[in-house]
Amino acid sequence: MADAKALYQEVILDHNRKPRNYGALERPSHRADGYNPLCGDRLHLTLQVNGDNIDAIAFEGESCAICKASASMMTAAVKGKARADAETLFHEFRDMATGRLDPAAAGHHLGRLTVFAGVRDLPTRVKCAILPWHTLHAALNSVTTATTEAEADPMHAPIGNA
Amino acid sequence: MKVQRAALKTDSAPAFDVERIRADFPILGLRLNGKPLVYLDNAASSQMPQPVIDRLVRYRSTQHANIHRAVHTLSETATHEYEEARRKIARFINARADHEVIFTSGTTDGINLVAQTYGRQSIGKGDEIVLTTLEHHSNIVPWQMLAEEKGARIRVVPINDAGELLLDEYEKLFTPRTRLVAVGHVSNALGTINPIKLMIAGAHVRGVPVVVDGAQAAPHLKLDMQDLDCDFYAFSGHKMCGPTGIGVLYGKTALLEKMPPFKGGGDMILSVSFEKTIYAGLPNKFEAGTPPIAGAIGLGAAVDYLSGIGMEAIGAWEHELLEHATALISQLPGVRIIGTAARKTAVLSFVIDGVHPHDVGTLLNQQGIAVRTGHHCAQPIMERFKVPATTRASFAFYNTLAEADALAAGIREVQKVLL
Repeated sequence: MADAKALYQEVILDHNRKPRNYGALERPSHRADGYNPLCGDRLHLTLQVNGDNIDAIAFEGESCAICKASASMMTAAVKGKARADAETLFHEFRDMATGRLDPAAAGHHLGRLTVFAGVRDLPTRVKCAILPWHTLHAALNSVTTATTEAEADPMHAPIGNA
Repeated sequence: MKVQRAALKTDSAPAFDVERIRADFPILGLRLNGKPLVYLDNAASSQMPQPVIDRLVRYRSTQHANIHRAVHTLSETATHEYEEARRKIARFINARADHEVIFTSGTTDGINLVAQTYGRQSIGKGDEIVLTTLEHHSNIVPWQMLAEEKGARIRVVPINDAGELLLDEYEKLFTPRTRLVAVGHVSNALGTINPIKLMIAGAHVRGVPVVVDGAQAAPHLKLDMQDLDCDFYAFSGHKMCGPTGIGVLYGKTALLEKMPPFKGGGDMILSVSFEKTIYAGLPNKFEAGTPPIAGAIGLGAAVDYLSGIGMEAIGAWEHELLEHATALISQLPGVRIIGTAARKTAVLSFVIDGVHPHDVGTLLNQQGIAVRTGHHCAQPIMERFKVPATTRASFAFYNTLAEADALAAGIREVQKVLL
């Protein structure tokens, strides 16, 4: 049994209490809504993409602490980055959360995002951490809604491209 | 024998000896995450006492064969034990006849059986089915599927802010097109005990039969089918100290006899030829294929175990647990109990300001406390109370006052971590 304390680390608790980039952009170039029907987590994500660069990003919504902290840290991680780098992080984060990427191994770009590695031992909470990334992936690919269910469900099937 | 040791006489009653009862449940001795298990997810599934486990082992080791078939000794023994379990359950719910107890795979199966046989036969275009806001999805979806197929209409009894059905509104929902009422005896999400005897009487005055979802009542209340006068009553074994995969549908003989079979196969026929098949009588008509024999026998043992303690004694102790836990949790700052009906089983659904139920569930689990979080397969209730989800602590007779204390302390710890 995993120790939940390993997941609820101070950095996650801090992002939950004081989420970064919280709100909505006024004139976003990209947007998407994420929904996890299992627990009712809802996220609204807005982005300002200029050329290949994510100039601005914001999120709002109702969710658990893991989801909110993940969204907050995601926005901090991808703001100012190239789209391709954000997509790389999406794939790496997803692989880490589902136990297919060892956060201790070299060669990934997750940095502080490895604090979420603990969710891989809490299968019911994996979706909470991944939802913001699915939503980002959907927004960047001009899909307006993302869900953690069905074929996108990390507990049942490998996640395909949205 | 442990059952008798745990048994209580009602008058001059000594205090409920919960520690002696707990000794019958091996799983309650577990430690999780370094803490003693505090199991408060009984509305989802209850734990199994040693006498039921022993009964399953004895069946598997010395009595197993297929039933109603061969003439050899084991088959006769298995058949006898299976039918004996039916008899025990018929007595437990005070059915008029043993054959009114149909073995199913669970409550969901029982409700679907009624919807697909009685329902398909007697509900047509423009007819109406009355449900309530408190229903579990398993007492909503089978009726929606039927209504869609037939062009029938679903009408819903509303609730008040305490989570109680509005009986005046219930009465007003009846029209000449009302063909069926389907109502839960006890709400799984809130614990509300519905006045089903009154509701059944109200429906019968209009000649409307009533299907009761008893999944959350059978483990906690003394059941009397004849007194309730309900037409159908479905419940599950695994919520009342029995195995999973077994359940019961009670139905009145006259109704069951008129209904077509649900599933076709072996054991539900008298004779088969390619020209004509003659169905078996009750209860076999509704038990196609090899049933969960061990499950039925295990449920029989569970009913023996519960009867040994006494459903009145169980109800009284669980009520004490509910009052104690309600008093503790209602005075925690920032905690709101959802579902405050005057008559409840020992279910506490609550929300904590600023904390999502899934975080509550994970953090309580870390303290060894098992609760359910989410919408409890009752999304209309969540919608009614404008919450996406709740945390639900559901008690059984083997829970202690100290475990209620642990829950309250656990909630304070969650608030300390997250707020």
